[in-house]
Amino acid sequence: MNLDTRLQNVAVVGAAGKMGSGISLLLALEMAYRALEHRDQTFVLNLIDMNDAALQSLLRYIREQAVKDAERQMNRLRGLYQDRTDLVENGEMVQEFVLEVLLHLRTGKTLALAKDALLVFEAAFEKEEIKFAIYNELAALCRPETYFLTNTSSIPLHVLTEACGIQGRMIGFHFYNPPAVQKLLEVIPPRVCDPELVALAADLARILKKKTVPANDIAGFIGNGHFMRDGLYCLREVERLAKDHGFVQAVQLVETVSRDFLLRPMGMFQLIDYVGIDVFQLILKVMDKYLDDGLHSDLIDRYLERGVKGGQLSTGAQKDGFLKYDKGRPVAIFDPGTGAYASLEAPWAREAAALLGPHPDPALTWKALQKDPAREAKLRAYFAGFANQDTLGVALARAHALASRTAALNLVASGVAQRAEDVNDVLTLGFFHLYGPVNDYL
Amino acid sequence: MKSMSKPVYLAAGAYTVSLGTGRPEFSPRKARPGLEHYIQEAGRATLAQINDPSHVDEGVIGNFMAARFNRQGHLGALMTIVDPALEGKPALRVEGACASGGLALASGIKSVLSGLADTVLVMGVEVQNTVKAIYCADFLAGAGWYEGERKAGHTYFFPGKFSDRAGAYAAKVGPERARAAMAHWYKNAVENARLNPSAQEFHNRVTDLVAQGLTPPNPKSFTDHLNLFDCSKVSDGAAAILVVSEEGYQRLGLTRDDVVEVVGMGHVAANLTLPPADLTEMTSCRTAAGQAKAMAGIGIEDLGVVEVHDCFTISGILSVEALGLAEPGGGADLVLSGATERTGRYPTNTGGGLVGYGHPTGATGVRMAVDLWKQLTGRAGGSQVALAKDHGILVSMGGNDKTVVSLVLRR
Repeated sequence: MNLDTRLQNVAVVGAAGKMGSGISLLLALEMAYRALEHRDQTFVLNLIDMNDAALQSLLRYIREQAVKDAERQMNRLRGLYQDRTDLVENGEMVQEFVLEVLLHLRTGKTLALAKDALLVFEAAFEKEEIKFAIYNELAALCRPETYFLTNTSSIPLHVLTEACGIQGRMIGFHFYNPPAVQKLLEVIPPRVCDPELVALAADLARILKKKTVPANDIAGFIGNGHFMRDGLYCLREVERLAKDHGFVQAVQLVETVSRDFLLRPMGMFQLIDYVGIDVFQLILKVMDKYLDDGLHSDLIDRYLERGVKGGQLSTGAQKDGFLKYDKGRPVAIFDPGTGAYASLEAPWAREAAALLGPHPDPALTWKALQKDPAREAKLRAYFAGFANQDTLGVALARAHALASRTAALNLVASGVAQRAEDVNDVLTLGFFHLYGPVNDYL
Repeated sequence: MKSMSKPVYLAAGAYTVSLGTGRPEFSPRKARPGLEHYIQEAGRATLAQINDPSHVDEGVIGNFMAARFNRQGHLGALMTIVDPALEGKPALRVEGACASGGLALASGIKSVLSGLADTVLVMGVEVQNTVKAIYCADFLAGAGWYEGERKAGHTYFFPGKFSDRAGAYAAKVGPERARAAMAHWYKNAVENARLNPSAQEFHNRVTDLVAQGLTPPNPKSFTDHLNLFDCSKVSDGAAAILVVSEEGYQRLGLTRDDVVEVVGMGHVAANLTLPPADLTEMTSCRTAAGQAKAMAGIGIEDLGVVEVHDCFTISGILSVEALGLAEPGGGADLVLSGATERTGRYPTNTGGGLVGYGHPTGATGVRMAVDLWKQLTGRAGGSQVALAKDHGILVSMGGNDKTVVSLVLRR
């Protein structure tokens, strides 16, 4: 059965979550364009989630985004609506397109909705028990030819497929957040996987205009394989530096170095907050279960015991975690000792900044370099300059960069990634780093 | 040859900021002033220049599409909010697409010529940022023939029409020369706008404007032959000026130095349902400007300052040809020679024009008259050019060269 046929009946499980919403939107738009190009065919997108309010928010989100998409694609839409004499103005076509998008959607709270789906995308909460329960039910419900595309970022696929009796029918199709915007797609074919499914996944990625990076079916894959080790490195650094400088100061040092000195879009602790400390812990647990690599952090556990979780509100606003946020900007650091946030405006924060020494080149920021055509040369010169600077900040940055490189090379050595370039692609495309961890800058 | 049956003058011009992208105070997410604000601001700035607003006999307001942009019709009655002295006097709204402002001037001039009025408050207004550009394109497409043209037209209808003209012009004079001239037009427009604090491009700080103007068009996201720098912007704004008889301006406390005389007028409407016979010619502009020059008894050698309707850089180039400043096909070289720069032989669009000042459609014709009045009376401030001659001309165009009003003014 070809991809075109399969795309006529699709389901998304966990459709209203952060990742599910984006995946649902991409599929809803693709289906609407297909429906306009193939008027004789029927298209159905089943959106499954556990609560009504979230599903209604999802429909609202899809409607809003469909308007924006139609506005952007108006030259194409005017062509597609050429024979519709009742549609003359752009505004009329936008409204009609939104209706077209919504026409194909069926929402519901039961997996039974996926019964006729020929492709099932799953973006349920990243917890093994949940995924096992879903796939056991889907295995019984769905047709034998149905394919499953999971968005799991940590659970080995062969474990799921063997336990649920769907060997050969599942592939990892790991979007990055937000799926509608991020270009990266980590594709993970388990050892047993229909060749047709592998080919189909590649075609689908092309249709959705994603850049694919292949990863092998080893817990955490490339994205979390690197992120968890990089995160654990930073957590251990905090524990080490806290002995001399105090806890919140240590968080501030590592946060500043990982963001400003390494020229990343956000510091490590802001990134963990963005993902959610609870999700970070769940991924660590899954990876620790399948890999004998000591993937654990007491510090993460202590935060969660305190009820500090990070993550995002349904509006997309950042919730407080390691850091406290005001309009998305970090303003304080949580101190598990006192159970309170320590303001970054206080004298200790200035002292911590002074400890690091000056930034090697204050003009170089992640933002400034993003669209700089001379980026590569500037990065090279920047890191070369580390050799002449004997400050704590540069020493920490150098050590972190080297640890990040080691983590990346270990992913290649352990067979998670096929090539160092793939790890670099995941970090630059999926994490918006300016450079890959495997480089010769240092 | 028709002629003015008595002297008619323009006085006390004013216009608002052209608000839209480029202005630091503009944000698509922030609430903005509406029609009423602009009408009052421009109208009151004009009335503040005379001794007593009760001397105004009549009001005319040019507006293109408030019925869609603002869901507001009946602007003749709305313009009385400028001043209580307008209450109970004649007022009307006129419409001729982007020439609505030119039509308002023509209407005011005819009222004074008829003897029924000595002082007419002529205004133009448009508030377009109520919708995104893609819907704005729908509304502005009303200046074309909806039934016969819109369905097959481009997403951005008028950019599509003038892109066709730019393509034909490029075929005629060579694509590189055409593109270079359009880029040069853009540079002149922004450089003039930088001297006009009310202009939408006043804050433009781009160093290499020609390089920006040379950006290759992107047919996928926009049009085949125009880039975004070739286009006037989506703008909110209003302009006002008084059309007066000799007796009228004296009664207002003004002298001959404060006013400019309307010595020629042309006005042409052309069949809206027909496409241009030659895409590289703006024949209605040529006819209307010819009428105005003939009535004034002048030639191009008498022009000290020029205002043309550069809704796109290509319309600017075609307009200078239609005015007779260059032979057909010679506009590109004329522009590239610097003749239309503020220090050139024909200082053109000295306040920035539509590309530089902005294009609040219904206000534009009146704004052109205000800029000419300022130049000819020495009131243009930082925009003032050294006038080599006593006459100025404006060409106010609606749609794809379908309604045109042209005036020749003398200081």
